[in-house]
Amino acid sequence: MTREDFLKAPAGVEPCDGQAGDCSRCGRIYSERFPLLERRINGRPLVYLDSAATTQKPGAVIAAEARYYREHNANVHRGMHTLGVEATDLYEGCRTRVGRFLGVPGDRVVITRGATSSLNLVAGGLAPTLKPGDEIIVTEMEHHANLVPWLQLAKREGLVVRPLPITAGGELDLARLPSLLTARTRVVALTHVSNVLGTINPVAEIAAAARRRGALVVVDAAQSVGHLPFTFEELGADFLAFSAHKAYGPMGLGFLVGGADALERLEPVEVGGEMIDSVTMEAATWAPIPHRFEAGTPNVGAAAAFPAALDTIDEATLQRLRQHEISLTAYALERLRGLGGVTIYGPAEAERRGGLVSFHDPMVHPHDMAQLLDSVGIAVRAGHHCAQPLHRRLGVVATSRASFGMYNAHEDIDALIEGIGYARSVFGA
Amino acid sequence: MNGSMDDLYREVILDHHRRPRGHAPLPRPADARAEGKNPSCGDELCLELACENGAITGAHVECHGCAIATASGSILAELVPGRTPAQVRELAEAFRVAMHSPDGVLPDALEPGDLEVLTGVRKFPARVKCALLPWITLLSALDARDGGAAAAPATTEV
Repeated sequence: MTREDFLKAPAGVEPCDGQAGDCSRCGRIYSERFPLLERRINGRPLVYLDSAATTQKPGAVIAAEARYYREHNANVHRGMHTLGVEATDLYEGCRTRVGRFLGVPGDRVVITRGATSSLNLVAGGLAPTLKPGDEIIVTEMEHHANLVPWLQLAKREGLVVRPLPITAGGELDLARLPSLLTARTRVVALTHVSNVLGTINPVAEIAAAARRRGALVVVDAAQSVGHLPFTFEELGADFLAFSAHKAYGPMGLGFLVGGADALERLEPVEVGGEMIDSVTMEAATWAPIPHRFEAGTPNVGAAAAFPAALDTIDEATLQRLRQHEISLTAYALERLRGLGGVTIYGPAEAERRGGLVSFHDPMVHPHDMAQLLDSVGIAVRAGHHCAQPLHRRLGVVATSRASFGMYNAHEDIDALIEGIGYARSVFGA
Repeated sequence: MNGSMDDLYREVILDHHRRPRGHAPLPRPADARAEGKNPSCGDELCLELACENGAITGAHVECHGCAIATASGSILAELVPGRTPAQVRELAEAFRVAMHSPDGVLPDALEPGDLEVLTGVRKFPARVKCALLPWITLLSALDARDGGAAAAPATTEV
């Protein structure tokens, strides 16, 4: 089938008019609030299935960031003038809002450049508390952001990294945990939701076991904040890292949330302006937590905008967003299975997964799949998704991944399945 | 720049992908060998060359990659035998230049064969690395042979 033949077939998706605030016809939630979704790609309405890489942004978020630069732009925490006060209020307001969203006081929320920065801050910040021979448990399904900082730390400090393996079903092999957790375990680093397998890990259970051994629990929540309903306390972790841009917020902004005494254990990693108490030519003392971890001028514009994303999530409610993602994931699993010959990774039940499905079609390499899908307006991700050890474990160099946001509907998955059929036809399958 | 799918998945390319040349192992131990990878996507390729009397006599390409990388490796295996290492270097360099130039022209004097078809991939910037992977690995294999040391894995990242 040529692309032209494919395009002659009835199009699966037309943009939702969204008259009712959300569309009862297709189940999209607030899709009319996301201006980018009106785009056409290669002559077709965009079908955006890459929200695990970054979600699209509601107009309210885009407007709030623009409003900051139009009306309030000034540096924070030092301006004696009106704009400086306004910018500081917006920046600190974001901290408070994130704290409220996750059920912690604002002073336990560190503002960073993203989840990767947050995880580097934890790994680097714990360095002075660790001794050669200390052990760190890292799961086999980690994104490089929650693996490489620990590998680096281990190399520098002489630590031992112990991988927690996964089962054939794509879940953590918890039976292995008791033997890995020893008196020397200092840190257990794990993802809340795998960005490849979709697996939702039992963080609370693992955290309880780690705590009995006196180990700190560091959770990469990049795929879960804004998608799964939970509070920081419910997870039971010591540190939680996430990025605003995967939760309908702007890029260049992330957070590290710490347990009651957890942030006290961290030495600042980045030092310089903004984060000091006093400085002489000999030495410096640090500002109180959380500001001591925020050296330099932060991304105030993004911080000013992120609360609008959290407001959108709260308006829809996380419970409803979660049900929507389960429904989309279940349908994607069913349709992909129906294709025949496609390997699907991760747990079989949608309830045990976040809103994403990675798959491998032996007839079409993931890059070719993503390219051909793009040619008919469908955006998916192909590659190792920054999880090379996991892909090695799965026995493939790359997978294709479709991931969902509030604005997606079952029709988008129908379009994906048609698109896969087209990709297969190009390769004569 | 928006190329069409027909630029990318030309029948010639699909044919090389379906039946890659150079798939069979060399009849004797390789005279030059290198591995290459594309770190941004994870594609991997292993290349072995047989040389005799100053010319390359055979190539074995094992590619774990997309259709473009596989086809490029197949075209390489077809073009390389019978040429000297210097001629092969010239061809690889000309291909690299063509992939980064607007017109994508390969000099006829180099007898580029099906490689000419592959230059259509330059309209898809994200896929240029896929097409170059086998050729970068080839240069690495020749460097190792000339230098007498084992090749460091070639990479499409520069």
